[in-house]
Amino acid sequence: MTVTFLRTSLAAAAISLAAGLPAGAVDISGAGATFPYPIYAKWADTYKKETGNGLNYQSIGSGGGIKQIKAKTVTFGASDMPLKPEELREAGLVQFPTVTGGDVPVVNLEGFKPGELVLDGPVLAKIFLGEIKSWDDPAIKKLNPKAKLPSQAVVVVHRSDGSGTTFIWTDYLSKVSPDWKSKVGANTAVEWPAGIGAKGNEGVANNVLQTKGAIGYVEYAYAKQNKMTFADVINKDGKRVAPNAQGFRAAAANADWANAPGFYQILTDEPGAKSWPIAGATFILMHATPKDPAAASEALRFFSWAYEKGGKQAEELDYVPLPDAVVALIKKTWAAEIKGADGKPLLN
Amino acid sequence: MCRAGLAGMAPTTESDRENAVANPMAIDNAGPGSAEARLAKALVGFKLRDNAFHSLTLAAAWMVLILLGGVIAALVVGSVPAVMAFGLNFLSTAMWNPVTEQFGAMAPVYGTIVTSLIGMAIAVPSALGIAIFLTELCPYALRRPIGIAIELLAGIPSIIYGIWGLFVLAPFLQEHVLPGLIAAFANVPVLSGLFAGPPYGIGVLTAGIILAIMVLPIVSSISRDVFETVPAVLKEAAYGVGCTTWEVVRSVVIPYTRVGLIGGVMLGLGRALGETMAVTFVIGNAHKISPSLLSPGTTISATIANEFTEAVGDLYTSALIELGLILFVITFFILAISRYLLMRLNQREGQ
Amino acid sequence: MAIYDTRLRRDKFYLGLCYVAVAVGLGWLAIILATLLFEGIRGISPAVFTQMTPPPGSEGGLLNAITGSLIMTFLGVALGTPLGMLAGTYMAEYGRHSKLTIFVRFINDILLSAPSIVIGLFVYEVMVVRMGHFSALAGAVSLAVIVVPVVVRTTEDMLLLVPDPLREAASALGLPRAIVIGKVAYRAARAGLITGVLLAIARISGETAPLLFTALNNQFFSTNLNAPMSSLPAVIFQFALSPYKEWQQLAWTGALLITLAVLAISIAARVLQMGRPGK
Repeated sequence: MTVTFLRTSLAAAAISLAAGLPAGAVDISGAGATFPYPIYAKWADTYKKETGNGLNYQSIGSGGGIKQIKAKTVTFGASDMPLKPEELREAGLVQFPTVTGGDVPVVNLEGFKPGELVLDGPVLAKIFLGEIKSWDDPAIKKLNPKAKLPSQAVVVVHRSDGSGTTFIWTDYLSKVSPDWKSKVGANTAVEWPAGIGAKGNEGVANNVLQTKGAIGYVEYAYAKQNKMTFADVINKDGKRVAPNAQGFRAAAANADWANAPGFYQILTDEPGAKSWPIAGATFILMHATPKDPAAASEALRFFSWAYEKGGKQAEELDYVPLPDAVVALIKKTWAAEIKGADGKPLLN
Repeated sequence: MCRAGLAGMAPTTESDRENAVANPMAIDNAGPGSAEARLAKALVGFKLRDNAFHSLTLAAAWMVLILLGGVIAALVVGSVPAVMAFGLNFLSTAMWNPVTEQFGAMAPVYGTIVTSLIGMAIAVPSALGIAIFLTELCPYALRRPIGIAIELLAGIPSIIYGIWGLFVLAPFLQEHVLPGLIAAFANVPVLSGLFAGPPYGIGVLTAGIILAIMVLPIVSSISRDVFETVPAVLKEAAYGVGCTTWEVVRSVVIPYTRVGLIGGVMLGLGRALGETMAVTFVIGNAHKISPSLLSPGTTISATIANEFTEAVGDLYTSALIELGLILFVITFFILAISRYLLMRLNQREGQ
Repeated sequence: MAIYDTRLRRDKFYLGLCYVAVAVGLGWLAIILATLLFEGIRGISPAVFTQMTPPPGSEGGLLNAITGSLIMTFLGVALGTPLGMLAGTYMAEYGRHSKLTIFVRFINDILLSAPSIVIGLFVYEVMVVRMGHFSALAGAVSLAVIVVPVVVRTTEDMLLLVPDPLREAASALGLPRAIVIGKVAYRAARAGLITGVLLAIARISGETAPLLFTALNNQFFSTNLNAPMSSLPAVIFQFALSPYKEWQQLAWTGALLITLAVLAISIAARVLQMGRPGK
């Protein structure tokens, strides 16, 4: 009885394994930022339908993306915190941006519709420092004179993992609050003075949705997809801006891609009446001489396709695709820097 | 094969039989092709197979030891960079800053111990109550089903408890229980610090409650097994002099099974200390030590689960592995003590 | 009579507490199972078993996760059971009274209850870093490391239950030790041994932590052992911590599937055990 059972189960397993083997499709592996995950996932789905090649992207946070690409366990890493040119040189990596997006503060307050609440940099810093503990604090009331703010405790939600989204957020707070800059600083993972930690943009969104009185920060696509209540922010020019592609594009217009080695650009607190103050680009990291040239070429082909055909899907999620001039610069970088073992560029 | 061996042994003729019985040594001197020769070959084959099997099983037993040794070795080797960088300060610092590469284990260790203690404080009395019920109060027909139900529930994967805690327990606590708790203790001198703070819903207390629910089936089934070893004679003697059920339990059953109960409790504690998935969902992931039970914290396993795949830099990874080593050492000791105690109970039973 | 009344009152009080403990304890568990059933059944549909895990915001199924779990569980058991059975055989047969056995039994019980996340770290250090990438094979190995102690324990216990006269009778017929074990002891303990394997399967079906650092996850269907593979617990972990309603529903449904599988296997193991005569 045992023998027959074992035999049949072995046969069944073998058959299912054989049936499941895909026919010659190349699977690219990537890991990193949760900031662009919604659009990368959409692109991967469409790309697989069009070409049959799959992109397995694990959104484990920018910190994870940097670690995994340095350890060469994935074809490309994704990070919203750009690495400085010295770091790139040291690790033998090439960096290029894909889209621009923005961090938005999201709240869980009853009776507030998206965009009704308005906050500014210094107030946000005080909230995240734990100095503003209740929603009916005078500082918030000053910015929202007509709103009915409940006397509810503020529950801060931040990231528990290494995150480029955190980098963009804390960079902004460091620029608008000297207190924040000296006490906490800006990086992918910081010592948060208050609040609960959640994993990924998804975790922060989930926690804010579940906890009354919560405030967190997520990339805008997450707020949009989950119909969360976001707050407007007052930008550098003193104007109240709502988070959307227009605001992100206005902020990105200040970027000087051509003169930035490694495309290193930080887009927080940018001037401009319409600029969203907490915008940022998201980057891809690949090895200059990849371990697996076939997978790397396939990855480059995927990004090429995304630049050409993925713009519309990006815009649907309020990400800002890069201008054509920048895409041309990126492709030149590929040809110049990403090479196979024989020294020839992987993608022409 | 067995039959062939036997057939090879069976003498085929009357004279052969007499020969084999009268002169066993004839086997060694037998000519090729005869029954004795076949027998000799079969016996040699047996011996080889025997030795091979013996060696195989011995090797397997050693492999189990090597496996544990390998786990410890991998953890120790992985922690070396962190140990060399921080030394003993690792255990006394609460700071966890991946940017400046300053790591301290105090917050995760504190969280692990506090959540487990809360879990045990809730689970142990309940488990004892359930065990007493099953051995003394329950109608006989229901004993088997309820006992089996509890054991089946011990097998439910911990991630189920985690998502239930996140989606059902935490919002419930945040809305209905915690505000009342905070208000009730607001003016009590010492306890107000213990129950202070905004009602997050998730936090150390919630994690403790989830651990209690997880550990309950284990401790109650061991307690029930242990209670059943009390000789009926002892209990009947106590009933005979007029003790009430509770007095019998308190004065006869529990003292008799004290050692086994402690063993079971420690086993549950070991499980609670190492629990990952159930706790990660509801602990709040804050590398902080707060006096309040309602605030978020972190445990060793939750920290590792959340941060390992993205720990950049050798020191960060090494610090996480050192955390894993600390956890393993703590659970090793707790489990070793519990096994020792349960072994002593078995010895008393003469098993 | 006053003392007697006090004693009676105390008795009723504490026994009442016991009833409360049972009600509360079993009540919690009943609530959890009921929630699981309620939330999980809402998502059950043929799509769950035929479609892959979707990108955020779209509908989909759990096919790649279920397949991944099946493959890695099967491999984990296939790798761990022979080792466990052989070790348990040594402890019960050849080494019944040796010091090594006492040592191994002790160590084995420690491994049995060791935190599974530590096992995941171990396999990460030993396999993933060496190989340079995450793989389903590493995931299967970490599951195997969890299977071994369970199988060792049950094999030893079940073999020790086989009465010695059976073995002695077989030896008296002149059978070598290996055959005595193989044909007599194993056959007599067969139901118990299978129970042990079933319990091991139930145990690893729900394990998440070790898979997080070894097999990672994969949103596409893959049977490639040398690449990251999806698994139900890893998918539940990712989906439950997200804000997307479709993902959360799939997480509940996946959790229900795992629980049903674990319960079914545990019940099967029990039925096997009860069917043996003389237990």
